[in-house]
Amino acid sequence: MKIESTTMEKSNKLSKNIVSKTSKAGNFLTDVADVFLFILRIINETFSRDFEFKEFFRQCFQIGYKSLPLISVTGLIMGLVLTIQSRPVLVEFGAVSALPGMVAVSIIREMGPVITALICAGKISSGMGAELGSMKVTEQIDAMEVSSTNPMKFLVVTRVLAATIMIPLLILYADALGIIGSWAGANIKGDVPFVLFFSQAFSHIGFLDFLPAVIKSFFFGSVIGIVGCYQGYNAGRGTESVGIAANSAVVIASLLVIIVDVIAVQITDMLIS
Amino acid sequence: MNQVRINNIGEGTSKALNNETVIEINNLKKSFGYQEVLINVSLKLFNGENLVVIGKSGTGKSVLIKCIVGLLSSDAGTIDVFQNRVTELNKKEFGAIRQKIGFLFQSGALYDSMSVKQNLEFPLRRVKKNLSEKEIKEKINEVLENVGLADALNKMPSQLSGGMRKRISLARTLVVDPMIMLYDEPTTGLDPITSDEISHLINEVQKKYKTSSIIITHDINCALKTANRIIMLKDGEVYKEGSTGDFKDSGDPLIQSFFLQGG
Repeated sequence: MKIESTTMEKSNKLSKNIVSKTSKAGNFLTDVADVFLFILRIINETFSRDFEFKEFFRQCFQIGYKSLPLISVTGLIMGLVLTIQSRPVLVEFGAVSALPGMVAVSIIREMGPVITALICAGKISSGMGAELGSMKVTEQIDAMEVSSTNPMKFLVVTRVLAATIMIPLLILYADALGIIGSWAGANIKGDVPFVLFFSQAFSHIGFLDFLPAVIKSFFFGSVIGIVGCYQGYNAGRGTESVGIAANSAVVIASLLVIIVDVIAVQITDMLIS
Repeated sequence: MNQVRINNIGEGTSKALNNETVIEINNLKKSFGYQEVLINVSLKLFNGENLVVIGKSGTGKSVLIKCIVGLLSSDAGTIDVFQNRVTELNKKEFGAIRQKIGFLFQSGALYDSMSVKQNLEFPLRRVKKNLSEKEIKEKINEVLENVGLADALNKMPSQLSGGMRKRISLARTLVVDPMIMLYDEPTTGLDPITSDEISHLINEVQKKYKTSSIIITHDINCALKTANRIIMLKDGEVYKEGSTGDFKDSGDPLIQSFFLQGG
C-alpha cells in the first residue's frame, strides 16, 4: 500500500514536472513569436503612409546629440587605456612603432562598435523601456490609440529608426575619439606628433576594416531600438513593470549586441578569408 | 471599397441620430483567463443622454467602455456604434468611428513629455488635418476656456493638480468635437469640491457639444448629478436599469447601500 502511494506521488511529481517544462517551452516559443510579429509590424509601419518625421528627428536628437558627452568620455578613455596597456608589451618586442596601427585597427574593427553599443544599450535601450513602460502604465499609449493615432508608428517606428541611424554615427564618433585618446596615451611616455600618429594609424586601416564594422553597427542600433521598445511597449500594468521593462531592456540588448558581434565576426572572417 | 464603407459610416451616423440610438451592445462577454468579467451585458445609449454605469469595483465597468473603443476585444456579443458593428470594421473604418468617440481616462493620461498646448494639438492635427494654424490656435483656446483653464496653455502636465489634469484631459478629447463621450471614473481621486466641478463640467459638455455619454463611476454624487439614466452592473451582468428616481426609491439593499454610502 505504502509502495503504491510512493509510486503514485513520484508519477504525479513527474507529470507536474513535464507539464511545467512544456508550458515553459510553450511560453518561450510564444515570446519568440511575439518578437517576430513585433518586428514585422515595425517593418510594415515603417513603409506605410504618414511617417512621423517630427518625432523621428526629435528621437535622433535625443539618441544622438544627448549621448555625445557619455560617448566622448568612453571613446577617449577606450583609446587611452588600450594604448597604456599595450605599449609595454610592444616595447618589449621592439614593435612600439606598430602601436598606432594596432590600436586603430582594434578600435575600428571591434572595440569601438562593441563598447559604444554596450554603453548605448545601457543608456538608450533602458530609457526607451522605461519611457514606453511608464506610458503604458499611465494609459498614455491607450490614449494615443483611441485618438486615432497609431502608437506603433509614433512611438516605436521613430525610436527604432532613430537608434538604427544614430548609433552607427555615435560609433564612428567614438572610434575617432578613441584614436585621439590613443595618441594622448602614446604621449604620456613618449613624444609622438599628432600628424605622424594619425598617418601611421590610417596606413594600417583598409576599406575591409571599416565596412564590416559599419554594417554591424546598424544591426547593433536596430537591436538596441527594438529591444528597448519591445520591453516598454509590452510592459505590464503595474509600476513595478516599468523597472522590469528598463532592466530587461538593458540585459537583453547587451546580450544580443554580443551575440550579433560574434555572428558578424564569423561572417566577416568567412567572407574575407 | 474602403472609401465607400467609410462614407456609409457617415450615413450610419445620421441614421443613428434619427433612430436615437448611438451605441447598442448585445450579450457582451469578456473574460481574462478563467475570470469572467462581463458575462452577458446588453445596453443602449441614446442620442444626447448621459448614461451612468455604476457598480462595485471589479464588476467590469471600465472593461465595458474599453471594449467599445477597441482597447480590449470582446469574446462574444455585438457592439454597434452609429449602427456600425465595430468588430466587423477594418482598421481604417474603425479609426473613423474612433474619431467620433472621446475617452476620458481615469488617470487623465496626458502625455508627460508634452505641454498642455502640445497635448491638445496632438489629436487635433491628426484628426482635423485641414485646419490652418490660426484655426488650431482658436480651437485650443476655445476648449481651454470651456474647461476653465485658459491660462494653463504652456504648462507641463507635472505642473497641474489632479483636477486640472482631468480638465485638460477632457479638453483634449473635446478638441476634436466627439459625438460620444466615454468617462472612466471621472471623479476618482478628487476632493468633493473638485468632483462637483467635474460633474458640472460633464453636464456643460453634454449641453454645449450635444454629446451622448457613458459615465463609469462608483461615486454616487457624480452619478446623481450627471445621469439621465443609470445602469447598475453586478457580477458581469446588468443588475438594474432606470432613472435616478427609480434608483433612489428602490428598496433593493445593494442599491440602497450604494446610495447611503454616497450620502
